[in-house]
Amino acid sequence: MSKNTTAPILKLKTGIPGFDDITNGGLPQGRTTLISGTAGSAKTVFAVQFLGAGIEKSGEPGVFVTFEESPADIRQNMVSFGWDIQKWEDQGLWAFVDASPQLTEDTIFAGSYDLGALLARIEHAVQKTGAKRVAVDSLGAIFTQLTEYISVRSELFRIASALKKMGVTAVLTAERVQEYGEIARYGVEEFVADNVIILRNALEDEKRRRTIEILKFRGTAHQKGEFPFTIMAGSGIAIIPLSAIELKQSSSDIRITSGNQELDKMCGGGFFRDSIILVSGATGTGKTLTVTEFIAGGAAIGERCLLFAFEESREQLFRNATGWGVDFRKMEEEGTLKLICRYPEVAGPEDHLINMKAEIERFAPNRVAVDSLSALERVATVKGFREFVIGLTSFIKHKETAGLFTSTTPSLMGGTSVTEAHISTVTDSIIMLRYVEMYGEMRRGLTVLKMRGSMHDKEIREFTIDGRGMHIGKAFKNITGILVGNPMRIPQSEIERMSTLFQDDLGM
Amino acid sequence: MSAKYQLKLYITGQTPRSRRAIENLYQTCQEMLNGRYDLTIIDVLEHPELAEEEKILATPTLIKVNPPPLRRIIGDLSDTEKVFIGLDLQINRVFHLPKGNLKDE
Repeated sequence: MSKNTTAPILKLKTGIPGFDDITNGGLPQGRTTLISGTAGSAKTVFAVQFLGAGIEKSGEPGVFVTFEESPADIRQNMVSFGWDIQKWEDQGLWAFVDASPQLTEDTIFAGSYDLGALLARIEHAVQKTGAKRVAVDSLGAIFTQLTEYISVRSELFRIASALKKMGVTAVLTAERVQEYGEIARYGVEEFVADNVIILRNALEDEKRRRTIEILKFRGTAHQKGEFPFTIMAGSGIAIIPLSAIELKQSSSDIRITSGNQELDKMCGGGFFRDSIILVSGATGTGKTLTVTEFIAGGAAIGERCLLFAFEESREQLFRNATGWGVDFRKMEEEGTLKLICRYPEVAGPEDHLINMKAEIERFAPNRVAVDSLSALERVATVKGFREFVIGLTSFIKHKETAGLFTSTTPSLMGGTSVTEAHISTVTDSIIMLRYVEMYGEMRRGLTVLKMRGSMHDKEIREFTIDGRGMHIGKAFKNITGILVGNPMRIPQSEIERMSTLFQDDLGM
Repeated sequence: MSAKYQLKLYITGQTPRSRRAIENLYQTCQEMLNGRYDLTIIDVLEHPELAEEEKILATPTLIKVNPPPLRRIIGDLSDTEKVFIGLDLQINRVFHLPKGNLKDE
């Protein structure tokens, strides 16, 4: 075996939320990375955040080379993300190299030249600040400032190799024309850098979806494919690292009450403390009631509950709860409940996810309920919704809290919704609520379809709702086809025949 | 009598391109300005902070500080016609130059 004398490529933790997960640890250290994207794909935000996160999270100074916007514009534009560039400059942690077009001066080209002065300025700024990170925004804008007297390509190579020699980790942004096409406008930018990352801002079903993709990491591993990200006021870019989420949550066998004694019994003694429970049913079957009892059950023993409501307003929820003998208002006053009502349409699924995560971090609840998850289907693409569901469930599980989600089935009598198709495998328990039509009367049925890690009641039971909540009664005996929405009575003779059938088998 | 020219030439070290720019500039000044000029040559490798101050991107860069307007001439100054335009020198005087000077380009 030959001895390997070349050092492996180290990675620099960027501090951009989610980015270090999808890159398996950050950007390759001491190398250059091209960040390519169409207009409005957040290239400049990424470049600024790369430096800002270095300053704030690891105390690493940075140099920002701007070819496009003036430093004054950048300082002002980034205030809304909470980044005080002026302060960092005063502390000597940030330096601008201003190569933006100087429109007030007349410039004439008279012979061959190179970008030696720019290089000297970058080197000077890196030395002065002790920078570990450099951002260049954007490469394409150099082309517009220069004329035929220069080979731009060779000058770009010179800058890239000089950055490497300085030992800094650099991001260079470049503009591209299409979301899916050439990597960058001038066709040379991608050869300058060791690594290529693409930011996209695609329009899909009238919905904007931002994604980030690592196209190339020379000599080191990374996660593949497009990852959704969002830009939050006050904090900047946050990437949702779906496939990079590890399944490492511990599991608990501590049981908690569902808020309904009979339902607890059906589940073999209550829900598990760190499980995700899905309640599925048509409109009016009692999903919001199940949520209300789940919260009331927790609040009664002093647990903190967080409810995200996407279908009803606070007032409606208060009124509903009062109708079942639960006082949400009092719980909020006591601090055991926090109610967050939002219209699904106010944001995209990525923003909802990040906001919900932030609320969960802040409130630190023992129980989280979402009523209903399927309301968010309206604002998401199929892919975006699946990513939202997986992102939310994995986050809640990591927090080791109980999560109860509801899902509305589109047809009254049975069937499943898109929500269920995406969520059923990540949930630990599924409870189904169904209308059962019998002898010209609508009745309600409930069954525990799945209860991971525990025995449970497999019967479909009838339940009623009154001023004190849900009452689960006896099973629907001798009826088949409830879950698919086509209940049929089985004659007594058939039941007898079935029971002898299996006994005969045993006897053989 | 016209005002004195004030010129600043930014170069990166002693490269052939830097030397060419200096030679071309001296020649033009000698012939056209007849000693009515102040020239400062700044090596940006030694004084990067001065390049930063003036936001110099490319080298060589000649800045005409006086007489106004302020103007930048980028390149090794081998394109004499452009240099003349940049320095606001009378184009008709070009024709009074010995022919050899123009042919060199």
